[in-house]
Amino acid sequence: MNWIALKMLTGDRSKYLGIVFGVAFASLLMAHQVSIFCGIMRRTTSQIRDVEEASIWVMDPHLQYSEEIQPLADTDLYRIRGVEGVDWAVPFFKGLVRARKTDGSRAERGDYRQVMLLGIDDATLIGAPRTMVLGELADLKRPDTVVIDEAGFKYLWPDEPFSTGKLLEMNDRRAVVVGVCKASAPFQTMPIMYTRYSQAIQYAPTERRLLSFVLARHKPDASPAAVCDRIEEKTGLQAVSKDGFGWKTMRYYLKNTGIPVNFGITVALGFIVGVAIAGQTFYLFTIENLKQFGALKAMGVTNVSIVGMVLLQAFVVGLIGYGIGMGFAAAFFVATKNVTALSGFFLPWQVMAGTGLAVLLIVLMSSLVSIRRVLVLEPAIVFRG
Amino acid sequence: MSALATQAAVSCRGVIKEFGSGETRVMALRGVDLETPAGEMTLLVGPSGCGKTTLISIIAGLLDPCRGEVSVLGTSLNQLRGRHLVSFRARNIGFVFQQYNLLPALTAAENAAVPLIIAGMDRPTAVKRAQAMLGELGMADRANALPAQLSGGQQQRVAIARALIHEPRLLVCDEPTAALDAHSGRIVMGLIRRIAVQPDRAVIVVTHDSRVYDFGDRIVYMSDGHIERVELNGHAHKE
Ligand SMILES: Nc1ncnc2c1ncn2[C@@H]1O[C@H](COP(=O)(O)OP(=O)(O)OP(=O)(O)O)[C@@H](O)[C@H]1O
Ligand SMILES: [Mg+2]
Repeated sequence: MNWIALKMLTGDRSKYLGIVFGVAFASLLMAHQVSIFCGIMRRTTSQIRDVEEASIWVMDPHLQYSEEIQPLADTDLYRIRGVEGVDWAVPFFKGLVRARKTDGSRAERGDYRQVMLLGIDDATLIGAPRTMVLGELADLKRPDTVVIDEAGFKYLWPDEPFSTGKLLEMNDRRAVVVGVCKASAPFQTMPIMYTRYSQAIQYAPTERRLLSFVLARHKPDASPAAVCDRIEEKTGLQAVSKDGFGWKTMRYYLKNTGIPVNFGITVALGFIVGVAIAGQTFYLFTIENLKQFGALKAMGVTNVSIVGMVLLQAFVVGLIGYGIGMGFAAAFFVATKNVTALSGFFLPWQVMAGTGLAVLLIVLMSSLVSIRRVLVLEPAIVFRG
Repeated sequence: MSALATQAAVSCRGVIKEFGSGETRVMALRGVDLETPAGEMTLLVGPSGCGKTTLISIIAGLLDPCRGEVSVLGTSLNQLRGRHLVSFRARNIGFVFQQYNLLPALTAAENAAVPLIIAGMDRPTAVKRAQAMLGELGMADRANALPAQLSGGQQQRVAIARALIHEPRLLVCDEPTAALDAHSGRIVMGLIRRIAVQPDRAVIVVTHDSRVYDFGDRIVYMSDGHIERVELNGHAHKE
């Protein structure tokens, strides 16, 4: 009977393709939008993830997310170092500064760009970029030097090959680009500049306090959570694990921006389109085949077999459509891998699984309606004209 | 009387069938008594709306009567329910419909093989049997054609092959010639007469095509929900 069900399904080529297209389109839309949503959410945690060495981030107790800077007192660093279970703790500067190009053509000179400045511990360079594309990280130890990320270099000096020696000015101080590195794309597309902490506080606009975060690591025999608790208890600051800070930041964006609502609407639309196109076409397909099902019922096919046939047809179109949809979604992210605006976006397996469940739901919903029609069908209709 | 009842392949007693209720109530069958022996072709004739389709639907176990008893091949249909009724139908009854009702995606041979596949036979064997059956019906060269590529008469021959492939003991046909021209209609009736009518098989054909009355051994005239008279035709068109 399965063979007959599949023949019925593929026999009407245009309707079959229509249903498959519907499922494919719906799953592409859902997977694509959810992936981009996840990508954007992930970007909010880029600068947290890029600091691989630190297991603990210490910050002002009122700080809500990673872009919000509420500086600490310099003495806080020493208090944290004194907490039991803390292996090491280093200062970390994060701030937005204006950088002015001071070389190149006259039109270029005086051109201001907002950049994200990251100041890393002078002694250990903890928090430094992992991969240098050009230049040496050690050059950062020289005075007035910065390392810039690839996308940032392209943004500041479009159409120019990567090079060292470019000159900038921040807060009236000279900065020489000594290297180009890889960095995860930030939430807002802007250049990321690495420099030493002591240098960063000179580039930053003068403020009473400049210590944005303290990065720390727990001792091997202590658990990060316990160390966080102890830091909070001893210093009155807020200490969270690296992952915890990432989730905290994402939660902030989920709660306080229109991003989730907008994506939610698109994903809901994808689901509705799926039900409308795929579900409806499948339902109509079954209705048009009622006579065939009636003839089979008259000839002695049981209701159980009929249900099996409809489910098989639904699952086959669901699976093929889902496969095509996922293929296109994955192809999109492969094709746009090198586009700055979309870099770091990919198709997470969780999204694939979730889309699979949504497709399953669409397929089940439409086949249940169809099955109902087939089951209540009087086989006697086969004698009617 | 009881001896006759056991001989009859199909026997109906006081069969009443109503559709709808209240204002829209239609009395389709008003107490039908009918006995049909095996080895004969019975024609069920009468004006449109007199209840012919309703009666064979009940005999074929596709419709429940409101009242009355129906027994087919010695089995009382009133007692068969659900799964048992479905498998009784699958084993014992062959169907030929006015609209052929072939599956458009299957070839002629595959269509004819469907009842064997329903019965659980593997597909290649079933299709081979169906090809042989189509050969008997003069359709050997069209066995691999799709229904859309066949004429009405040819489609009806495929339907006859499908109805007989599993050797049912009762064949019911509703207006098998209504969609065909006179010539094709006579060919189809001739084939049913020659191939379907067997000593242990009863054949009931509903028709209002008086041009084919001469194929029947027994003509049952119906009007307005009951049987008016039964005529025996000793000179039935045997070949
Ligand atoms: N499912 C149904 N619901 C309501 N009324 C029905 C139904 N089936 C048949 N009827 C009515 O029962 C009566 C008998 O119908 P039936 O189809 O048995 O007639 P028929 O003799 O086969 O007619 P025809 O020669 O036109 O096919 C008609 O009045 C018809 O309208
Ligand atoms: Mg009728």
